Amino acid sequence: MNVLVWMVWVVAACSLLSSGIAVVLFSNPFFSALALIVNLASLAVLYLLLSAEFVAAAQVLVYAGAVVVMFLFVIAYLGGRADAPWAGGPTTQSLAAIGAAGAIAVEVVIVVALKAGGRLAGAAEIPAAYGSPANIGRLFLGPHLLAFEVTSIVLLVAAIGGVILGTAVSRESRG
Amino acid sequence: MAGPGIAAYLILSVLLFATGAFGVLIRRSPLIILLALEIMLNAGNLALIAFARHAGNGAGQIFALTVMVVAAAEAVVGLGLIVAVSRQRVALDVDKLNSLRG
Repeated sequence: MNVLVWMVWVVAACSLLSSGIAVVLFSNPFFSALALIVNLASLAVLYLLLSAEFVAAAQVLVYAGAVVVMFLFVIAYLGGRADAPWAGGPTTQSLAAIGAAGAIAVEVVIVVALKAGGRLAGAAEIPAAYGSPANIGRLFLGPHLLAFEVTSIVLLVAAIGGVILGTAVSRESRG
Repeated sequence: MAGPGIAAYLILSVLLFATGAFGVLIRRSPLIILLALEIMLNAGNLALIAFARHAGNGAGQIFALTVMVVAAAEAVVGLGLIVAVSRQRVALDVDKLNSLRG
């Protein structure tokens, strides 16, 4: 049982990291968006291993089902021009980007190890209904009601903003 | 917890976050910068879910779901901006998009 969980974890982790690197390195944005789907699917597998079943389902529905489809529509609309940032050897900017990304990783590892290193052993026992929709719904409509309501306002504002960004420019170019 | 502990998940999350940060820094196409931003948000989500499982507390899952909603809203506004910029016949290159009144 334990070995099986480790095997699934290693496969999901390798697929997560390699598809993340693929999103960043593909020069065609269309392939990048397709690699993001693989990334989100392996992330959903990791969420299942962490017994967050509802979040895994919401991840696949919201991201792979809605956000990536929207990305693909926009890339198709704009005609996905390729850009290759590393054409012509490493530049100062790309070397600095590698350095900055490495520095962020090292920094986070050091801070977490210093601040929480002693408390990372021994996970808590959880009930079987931990990640179920019923439990999430109880949390959302109970102690986290404010977050739930603010979320709806954020979505409304984003929808209005998207409509305004879409229409204002076309009126200007027509008149 | 059978299988990997929280430290393995946190290291995975840090590596994913660094990958996304690298993409934001190195790419010039705003579309791929948005995709790399989604990767960074997902890395944060993975750490939140791992900590929630570690503490046996559901609040981290609520936080992750809220981050997901914010990421979707950010994608809508970001893609709307990119479409609006491209209609102004400006090159989609963040090195050239350096003034607000194109």
